Amino acid sequence: MIREITIGQYYPADSFIHRLDPRVKIVCTLLFLISLFIQNSLLGYLIATVFLAFVIHASKVPFKFIIKGLKAIILLLMFTVVMNLFLTKDGAVLVRFWIFQITEGGLKLSVFMAVRLIYLIIGSSLMTLTTTPNALTDGIESLLRPLNKFRVPVHEVAMIMSIALRFIPILLEETDKIMKAQIARGADLESGNILQRTKAMVPVLVPLFVSAFRRANDLALAMEARCYFGGEGRTKMKPLLYRRQDYLAYAFVAAYVVVAFVVGRFVPFHIWIF
Amino acid sequence: MSIKLEHVNYIYSAGTAYEKQALKDVSLEILPGQFVGVIGHTGSGKSTLIQHLNGLVKANSGVIYYNGENIYADGYDMKSLRGQVGLVFQYPEHQLFEEDVLSDVCFGPKNQGLSKEDCEKRAFEALELVGFPEKYYHQSPFELSGGQKRRAAIAGVLAMKPKVLVLDEPTAGLDPAGRDDILDQVKYLHDQTGITVVLVSHSMEDIARYVERIIVMNRGEKMFDGTPKEVFAHYEELEQVGLAAPQVTYVMHDLKARGIPVDTTATTVEEAAEEICRALKR
Ligand SMILES: Nc1ncnc2c1ncn2[C@@H]1O[C@H](COP(=O)(O)OP(=O)(O)O)[C@@H](O)[C@H]1O
Ligand SMILES: [Mg+2]
Repeated sequence: MIREITIGQYYPADSFIHRLDPRVKIVCTLLFLISLFIQNSLLGYLIATVFLAFVIHASKVPFKFIIKGLKAIILLLMFTVVMNLFLTKDGAVLVRFWIFQITEGGLKLSVFMAVRLIYLIIGSSLMTLTTTPNALTDGIESLLRPLNKFRVPVHEVAMIMSIALRFIPILLEETDKIMKAQIARGADLESGNILQRTKAMVPVLVPLFVSAFRRANDLALAMEARCYFGGEGRTKMKPLLYRRQDYLAYAFVAAYVVVAFVVGRFVPFHIWIF
Repeated sequence: MSIKLEHVNYIYSAGTAYEKQALKDVSLEILPGQFVGVIGHTGSGKSTLIQHLNGLVKANSGVIYYNGENIYADGYDMKSLRGQVGLVFQYPEHQLFEEDVLSDVCFGPKNQGLSKEDCEKRAFEALELVGFPEKYYHQSPFELSGGQKRRAAIAGVLAMKPKVLVLDEPTAGLDPAGRDDILDQVKYLHDQTGITVVLVSHSMEDIARYVERIIVMNRGEKMFDGTPKEVFAHYEELEQVGLAAPQVTYVMHDLKARGIPVDTTATTVEEAAEEICRALKR
């Protein structure tokens, strides 16, 4: 279970999507999310579905990993659907019972809302599934670089993020080990009331902090030994460079956004109320 | 006091992209009073295997019996099992947390529900058994040297008076003198108290000197299981999986190949020396 959290969601595979520059994936994911919310027609969502299916296929990530993220929002999803379904009063009434009524507009809105949320989660999962956390940080750093002009320490923030990301798995593994070691010495970490359980965590937390400080110290020393002094004038060993495939991906996604928007808005295509 | 594993399989992160079968159909039995060595390459499943012995990880399939009782049965007293099978993790000094060494060693017996006096009595005994200098009893465990920290941590497990002591690479990161010290101490403990010892190591030399039985792990499977002489007879296969027999094994085989009629099964330097003398005198 510990390992699962540690690598984030990243699913290792060798695909066109995996090889894309992280900036492309971040920007395109944002574009896709925006396209979902300016969309309001059946045809538009059909195009989004085809686009998403195409990208999922190209990513070589098994479908069951992609929909895993949906489990987390099932409650939110049901809540949204129910609220929209019963509280929207728009158009002809379809069903009426007791104090509830479902209108045409309500049904349409709740279905579209559900589709939006599901595609939103799938779209962003697809980004994190195909990009390592470190590449994501690199991408964010590079995209936010213009903020340097406003004295935002972009490099430092990115460095903090990547060190934190690097340390999460290490500390989780360490926690796992220390917990096991104390359980082997008869520690009872599970039963008792809140107070007893908090107290029982001391034998785990003390060694964990000791080790975290030791590691932080080692890392600081190692960085200084290699003359690290912050972001100014610092170059990268593997700078992010756009390649042909990245421009292709941008063009493809831009085309999708435009087509989905134009077709969705201006081509009349309706089935029943949708 | 026997521990018996039957067809144990263990998979880390089952059902994810990072699935890793760490143990494959492992069956073995550890008998009372034995001094057993577990050896294998890094990642061969040694640590995973020994964490099964006191129920810290639960096998995906297979059964484990302690004294004939299935430890996975409903209502089995895991806490008592953990007191009887004492597990010393790799780098055990990372588990120290109390303000002074004595209270840290008392942690185990305290969890077993002993009175304060009994805990301290046990702690004194355990610290003495591992040869921990008395002048440091009331010092903070974080201020000790590496070797002393490790002794304190091992004492922390011994204080629970386990019937089986399992040590995961107890010499990792120690200098040669500290390494021999710890292993000699474990051997002494075994001879004095008759405790069953399971010693995990990746040094053939260490293992050959101390243990009476060797279990060789390779990629999650049990590869060999027998006396050092039996296991080292397979020195060519051991080499193929990246393990080496003790250097004397090679010397003896070379001597024999050059026509000196030695018995090639010597596993320690002392045995080899004797055997060569015997062969040459004849
Ligand atoms: N907590 C864990 N999560 C996932 N995989 C693990 C974990 N611990 C060990 N492994 C994997 O299981 C295999 C066996 O590991 P381990 O039992 O620690 O081997 P050894 O102690 O012989 O070096 C290794 O491939 C290792 O990467
Ligand atoms: Mg190990």
